[in-house]
Amino acid sequence: MSAPAAPLLSLDGVSARYGAVEALRGVSLHVGRGEIVTLIGANGAGKSTLLMTICGAPRAHAGRIVFDGRDITALPTHAIMRLGLAQVPEGRRVFPRMTVLENLLMGAEVAGHDPAEDLEAVFALFPRLRERQGQRGGTLSGGEQQMLAIGRALMARPKLLLLDEPSLGLAPLVVRQIFATIRDLNLRTGLTVLLVEQNANLALRLAHRGYVLVTGRITMQGTGAELLARQEVRDAYLGTGR
Amino acid sequence: MSPAALKDAALTALVALALFAPLVGLRTDVAPAGGLYLRQRWDDVAILVALAFAARLALLAWRGQRRLPTASTAPGWWEAPLRRLGALAAPLLLAVAVLLPLGAFSWDLGAFAIPAVTGRYELDLGILVLTYVMLGWGLNIVVGLAGLLDLGYVAFYAVGAYSYALLATHFGWSFWLCLPLAGILAAFWGVLLGFPVLRLRGDYLAIVTLAFGEIIRILLVNWVSLTGGPNGIGGIPRPTFFGLTFSLSGGPGTFAGFFGIEPDPSHRVVFLYYLILGLALLTNWVSIRLRRQPLGRAWEALREDEIACRALGINITVTKLTAFAIGAMFGGFAGAFFATRQAFVSPESFTFIESAIILAIVVLGGMGSQIGVAVAALVMIGGFELFRDLQEWRMLVFGAAMVAIMVLRPRGLVASRTPTVTLTGRKRAISGELVGEGHG
Repeated sequence: MSAPAAPLLSLDGVSARYGAVEALRGVSLHVGRGEIVTLIGANGAGKSTLLMTICGAPRAHAGRIVFDGRDITALPTHAIMRLGLAQVPEGRRVFPRMTVLENLLMGAEVAGHDPAEDLEAVFALFPRLRERQGQRGGTLSGGEQQMLAIGRALMARPKLLLLDEPSLGLAPLVVRQIFATIRDLNLRTGLTVLLVEQNANLALRLAHRGYVLVTGRITMQGTGAELLARQEVRDAYLGTGR
Repeated sequence: MSPAALKDAALTALVALALFAPLVGLRTDVAPAGGLYLRQRWDDVAILVALAFAARLALLAWRGQRRLPTASTAPGWWEAPLRRLGALAAPLLLAVAVLLPLGAFSWDLGAFAIPAVTGRYELDLGILVLTYVMLGWGLNIVVGLAGLLDLGYVAFYAVGAYSYALLATHFGWSFWLCLPLAGILAAFWGVLLGFPVLRLRGDYLAIVTLAFGEIIRILLVNWVSLTGGPNGIGGIPRPTFFGLTFSLSGGPGTFAGFFGIEPDPSHRVVFLYYLILGLALLTNWVSIRLRRQPLGRAWEALREDEIACRALGINITVTKLTAFAIGAMFGGFAGAFFATRQAFVSPESFTFIESAIILAIVVLGGMGSQIGVAVAALVMIGGFELFRDLQEWRMLVFGAAMVAIMVLRPRGLVASRTPTVTLTGRKRAISGELVGEGHG
């Protein structure tokens, strides 16, 4: 699949650093409308930093980030998130003492529309959350927390969903369920997704296109199938080489 | 008696010796001649150490038979009944609070003659407790809801008190005009404190707020030309009842004169009592309302996870500053009340121990719980008065009570949290069980 003329999100030569450490070195990538794009790479390659940089923390010190035709490079985080980006942060980060329902409503807080309809949509997507709506976020299982984190992000009716390692610490079966839900969402609603994953195999199977990030640089890109077939990718990230 | 138990008890006795030798054994007293001399009380030390030894042995023997209660954040046995009575308990406490001043008068209702059951002392104590209830609820917004540990809350209390004192003595403005001004000024200082600490959390935040409280106090001590320094400000006008003063002359323009009743000094006390009750209830009402608003939910979310809040597009700066400002505003209201009640303010009233007591009320009550804070204020301030006969020993009782609560109920008296919203309308309280302190 090729990206439409004007991509929803594009990064052009973006560099960012944590203190003195250069975490991203001139990264360029784009995410077209309706695409699922994945970013794979080893620990410390800068995958999560890239997602955070899109959200403005840390701020890119070089390059340009354009979302939906608007330069967001210098916008404060909360303003960026109001433009139609939603992030599912690494490690889920649900609010542990607040109920499932309260967690979900927090996602709709910035969107400024009546959350009733979105709540129904999220409950339809994850029936388990409806059952547990009165339960504290912290008492859910890992998989349920991931559903809650995704549901919370969807409450804002995002144009682009940023997913940071949704498979982290989850049982393989649960991971497959979550990935199936993401694919389903993409097919049904045309939701655009930028997915950061360590689980390269699953991520590349799900995604239309993928980028490989090595120490802050994009080293390879292509469709999911292309990348899966590349020997370097198989050796480095799939553990099937040798 | 096993040797291990004896060894344990001996160790306890040693610790007791190290503590009590300087604390109890040595005491400076005034000699008959006038100078100070060091009085030694080693016999008292010996008794205390022996007591510690025996008590430890007894405790070990008792523990051999049954297990010590361990720390628990599970709902206490009193929480379920309290919640079941929830619709009853809060109004009951409120009714007692509202009716308390009426007991100060004897009523002659035809056949019945009800004698006065409470006096001036109970009313003054009631005012004191309610002041701390209000301060507790105010600080609860910052600490309990937004999770920002503030050790300098007394600074806003001081700002409110001095605002009223200065505005009333210099410009002669009335209490009702100065009250909102004191709140606004305190809120302004809250924002001023908020800006530099936006990036701080936990211990670091606590240190800066602690320093802020001391800065305000030291400023009050040293800016003699404005604040009168250590001498404070006296002759602060008392509040009026819609322009009617509480003068004992009973002439026209006074409360007693207007209503044609016998002038009585207790009128003013009763008025002050209802004033602080009203202010405290306002604090409570605003807190409860805000908790159900997006802003209040954002405060709670901020307490739970700041990074998740950022990811959801919540403006952290605004959320934190409003928490500081609104919490400080209620501190300022309470300060203005304090100034008008005392008719005198000095920096001595705004020392760190006040911040510590208010914070202790919030923590003991269970952070974020309105009724818990009220009960904790009643127990702490009222209990402190109750043990007045024990003189210097009451600090010991106070300390022991604190330790007991922190060991047995690390999340406070009411650890559970009521959800702010449900779809079914049924609100099940959420227990504090299995949730670690601070990070869930």
